[in-house]
Amino acid sequence: MSTYKVNKTYQEINAKIRSGKVVVVTAEEIIGIVKKEGPVEAARKVDVVTTGTFAPMCSSGAFINFGHSTPTIKASKVWLNNVPAYGGLAAVDCYIGATETCEDDPLNKVWPGEFNYGGGHVIQDLVAGKKVHLKATAYGTSCYPSRIIEKKITLKELPSATLCNPRNGYQNYNCAVNLTRKTIYTYMGALKPKAGNANYCSSGELSPLFNDPYYKTIGLGTRIFLGGAEGYVTWQGTQHNPSVPRTEKGIPMKPAGTLWVMGDLKKMSHKWLVGMSIQGYGISLAVGLGVPIPILNEEMASYTAISDDEIFTQIVDYGNDYPNGISNSLGTVSYAELKSGSIELDGKNVLTVPLSSMVKAREIAEILKDWIQKGEFFLGEPQFTLPV
Amino acid sequence: MYSKILILRFPNTGVSKPTVCYLSKDYDLTFTILKATILPRKEGILVIEVTGAKKDFKRGMAFLRDQGIQVQNASQEVNRDTEKCVHCGACTAVCPTGALSVKRSDLSIDFNIQKCSVCELCVTACPTRAMKIQPTSEAFF
Ligand code: SF4
Ligand code: SF4
Repeated sequence: MSTYKVNKTYQEINAKIRSGKVVVVTAEEIIGIVKKEGPVEAARKVDVVTTGTFAPMCSSGAFINFGHSTPTIKASKVWLNNVPAYGGLAAVDCYIGATETCEDDPLNKVWPGEFNYGGGHVIQDLVAGKKVHLKATAYGTSCYPSRIIEKKITLKELPSATLCNPRNGYQNYNCAVNLTRKTIYTYMGALKPKAGNANYCSSGELSPLFNDPYYKTIGLGTRIFLGGAEGYVTWQGTQHNPSVPRTEKGIPMKPAGTLWVMGDLKKMSHKWLVGMSIQGYGISLAVGLGVPIPILNEEMASYTAISDDEIFTQIVDYGNDYPNGISNSLGTVSYAELKSGSIELDGKNVLTVPLSSMVKAREIAEILKDWIQKGEFFLGEPQFTLPV
Repeated sequence: MYSKILILRFPNTGVSKPTVCYLSKDYDLTFTILKATILPRKEGILVIEVTGAKKDFKRGMAFLRDQGIQVQNASQEVNRDTEKCVHCGACTAVCPTGALSVKRSDLSIDFNIQKCSVCELCVTACPTRAMKIQPTSEAFF
């Protein structure tokens, strides 16, 4: 254990938060500190590095318990503002998924569809305090005789509402281009023909899992910024795939780790859970997520000092390869290149388009920093860390 | 080149006079008639797209007004709701004029209405519906 020159525990850092002596910097700020003073000195000085990301995260949704009414009902089909929620749970529980579309949505019949309202918007409306129309139908039982209910619900009045996102915070993601001759509309945005633009979706050096690439401090019980409130990492996310090729510094070169996160929806804000209408694709929810990385030793200081020019991803053709399940990389690019505004592909300059908001990512890292400095947010020590 | 879509309202006396053709004769402007109606009380409405040099355009409009014609700007503009914009950048994929662009210093998304051609492509490409079509607010003369 004591192969490190600096050794801190979660308890020690939390004691510093309590006494107001904690030193917190963002994942952008730590880069310069480590460069200037080295990881050991940086680890002595800095206790926590905050990260952030704000982007559409489709695997999101909320468990909602809407309370009993008389006569009682065992809801089997549920709609919120005409968006179906899954009702195959106990009597008045349901799960509203972010990508569910409104019942009357023309979808992609007029291509590319607009997808103006869906699950992501229901969640945003709820956290914004708006009234949401609930309809539920049932087949009726002796204990739950009612066949149908309709009522207005507000988040405040609900017995409980829990955001439960089975896959958020992807550690790295493809850079998407389209090599066909027609514009396509994907979950990676609009892609113009013949590689007219290259879309990417990560906050790079600010992104949570790039700052702890082997999940040494992240696991069940890690307390995080989620949707504007406190939330938790509760499991590895679905499709968590740590065994992909990595750089010397351990940074995955393609999509790898993911997070399963949860939190009390009632405490969250519509500023950090934003319904997204993705043209030609569907509905999603942009989720504000930030993970504090405890600088337990100089190794963690080095990890968090990772910068955009050391983080790489693959350029993937979403016109032909991706939809046909062909795994093929057209090239490797760094986030520094992607953020510069153009990349080179086959000798041609291609305009890059971000889909993940750096402005919001930075804001999240700053808010988290502020919470910790003010002694309002303590580190959660994981019961176990995510599989590597 | 300068081009605008205008709504012209003619008082009921002027409808028969060929006022509009003077725009090309005396002011070097070309125009396309998009819609022409005569309302029940003999008041005429003409929707035209006028193209030409900005200077000629202004003079031409002054001429029309002198004839007692009411000139209204029918153009629309696209505006950004800054409360809704999350600076994701999705719109920069479709914007053909560079009115929407990524500011390199902090990777925020800039909107320069001066460069906007009101092509409306961003309206449905923006996932938060922050880009909105509105009637032009500024008076142009
Ligand atoms: S797509 Fe919409 S939300 Fe995203 S940067 Fe453009 S205007 Fe803002
Ligand atoms: S209307 Fe067209 S030109 Fe104007 S900002 Fe939107 S995409 Fe760009």
